[in-house]
Amino acid sequence: MAEKFDAIVVGAGPSGNAAAYTMAKAGLKVLQLERGEYPGSKNVQGAILYSDALEKIIPDFRYDAPLERHIIEQRMWVLDDESYIGTHYRSDEFNKPPYNRYTIIRAQFDKWFSEKVQEAGAMLICETTVSDLLMDGKRVIGVQTDRLGGSIYADIVILADGVNSLLATKAGFHPELEPKNVALAVKEIHFMPQETVEARFNVNGDAGVVIEMAGKITKGMMGTGFLYTNKESLTIGVGCMLSDLKQQRISPYQLLEEMKAHPSIAPILDGGEMKEYTAHLIPEGGYKAIPELCGDGWMIVGDSGMFVNAMHREGSNLAMTTGCFAAETVIELAAEQKPFTAKNLARYREKLNESFVIKDLKKYKNMPDVFHANPQFFTAYPEMLNQAVHKMLRVDGVDKKTKEKQIMANFKQRRSLFGLMGDAYKLWRAFE
Amino acid sequence: MSANAKVEEKLFQNRYRVDSGHPHIQIKDEELCASQCETRQCTVCCPAGCYTLEGNGRIVLITDGCLECGTCRIICDDYRNVAWEYPRGGYGVLFKFG
Ligand SMILES: Cc1cc2nc3c(=O)[nH]c(=O)nc-3n(C[C@H](O)[C@H](O)[C@H](O)COP(=O)(O)OP(=O)(O)OC[C@H]3O[C@@H](n4cnc5c(N)ncnc54)[C@H](O)[C@@H]3O)c2cc1C
Ligand code: SF4
Repeated sequence: MAEKFDAIVVGAGPSGNAAAYTMAKAGLKVLQLERGEYPGSKNVQGAILYSDALEKIIPDFRYDAPLERHIIEQRMWVLDDESYIGTHYRSDEFNKPPYNRYTIIRAQFDKWFSEKVQEAGAMLICETTVSDLLMDGKRVIGVQTDRLGGSIYADIVILADGVNSLLATKAGFHPELEPKNVALAVKEIHFMPQETVEARFNVNGDAGVVIEMAGKITKGMMGTGFLYTNKESLTIGVGCMLSDLKQQRISPYQLLEEMKAHPSIAPILDGGEMKEYTAHLIPEGGYKAIPELCGDGWMIVGDSGMFVNAMHREGSNLAMTTGCFAAETVIELAAEQKPFTAKNLARYREKLNESFVIKDLKKYKNMPDVFHANPQFFTAYPEMLNQAVHKMLRVDGVDKKTKEKQIMANFKQRRSLFGLMGDAYKLWRAFE
Repeated sequence: MSANAKVEEKLFQNRYRVDSGHPHIQIKDEELCASQCETRQCTVCCPAGCYTLEGNGRIVLITDGCLECGTCRIICDDYRNVAWEYPRGGYGVLFKFG
């Protein structure tokens, strides 16, 4: 019989790396398989790294991880075709170490994280796609890869294979993804001199700014745009629910082109050199779309388990945290000499339930439905808001009281007061 | 048409190791696309413009520029006519930044 491992981890993204690292560190014999040429070569992210999740795994990561800029300012923009109304929050508190958030470049970051995993003692094989799970009845006993020829066995297989989890779908662990539960994001990276980035965003050193955007850039589709500062590049992208793209028949790259041409965005990108265009799905179905997470001999972590908080644009931190919980469950059961049955592995689910992961996803469980049923949040409102501000700011001899009346009349005409109140209530309920 | 020209320019920036002769995505039944599917959503939503509609109503799929996002598989939910696999290990798109 071929070589056997304590655990096999499929995928070397943040969830797989967190799981493999934690188990290897505890002395388990771990094999990790990754289909890319190197870890990160298939992965796409915005990308904001939240320190907390990684710090719990590698406390001194700041000293050698490839980090771009720590975020000191967050902007939220609501755009219509010509303008944006926004809030900027900058705090010097965010400019003091230890920093809370960083921008990263995933191809570089994943490679670094993977080196740590290997230093901890896990074995990594790249350029290898896992094609099937090996089953003994209902129990997963190993994996079949596309190139090693032989099958590889393990007591537990952790699926950290990302949003397109063909393995879990093929094995019947979760149904095929539905267009309403995934967003498609397209993204570009634009290089420019470091001084230009710093001048345009009024930052220096390693400090950075992120902009989250909503409004007419998504043409009424449920989705958002983002623009992040890296050391000597900017990342710009937009993501919308696949069900909306399908219904409205909008090309994703056309959407990105139009966003880049927006009069408030174009000057920021001016002169930059586009060096890569990427696309990736984000599992945004939320709490209600979480699949079965473990069974005999298997567990699911990260994007494969729908662990993304779309409201707060968090994903990689949930990926790392779920990876750790799965690994800790394995370590505990191994120490207690208990088999990896569905019943014993349910401890993983308990850990999740007690953590921010499930608590946060539960909090927003109705959010996708509210936005799906009320597209005005992405069409009429951004326009109304922008027009209202424009009116108030334009000095043209009309008194402010009259302007306010006109704005309210416009609001009512576009959407009845009853509708406005109803929307406010729906939003409030969803957040509650 | 100009949108398509644009996406090719974008893809030109990317690095690929193409597995010649082994397309990782295939249309299961070409006849179905031509005769039954009305929306041909794949031709609109693929972010790499891999699917094109020919004059005779047929869909042509060329996966060389594929970004491996999975959209075409999921969006074809009326017919499930896309056989979607990952490329063989090491092949396909290779992101430098991601
Ligand atoms: C555009 C965009 C912006 C985002 N922005 C943010 C952000 O700012 N902050 C944030 O926290 N999150 C963000 N996210 C979400 C975040 O990227 C994901 O939640 C996170 O990457 C999930 O990690 P993962 O390890 O579960 O999956 P992935 O990172 O997708 O890793 C899965 C790995 O498994 C490998 N794999 C898959 N199948 C197989 C197989 N059969 N055999 C071998 N290997 C396989 C893949 O090659 C890949 O390396 C963003 C996502 C996108 C797309
Ligand atoms: S996986 Fe994505 S990029 Fe590749 S053909 Fe399908 S839709 Fe296009």
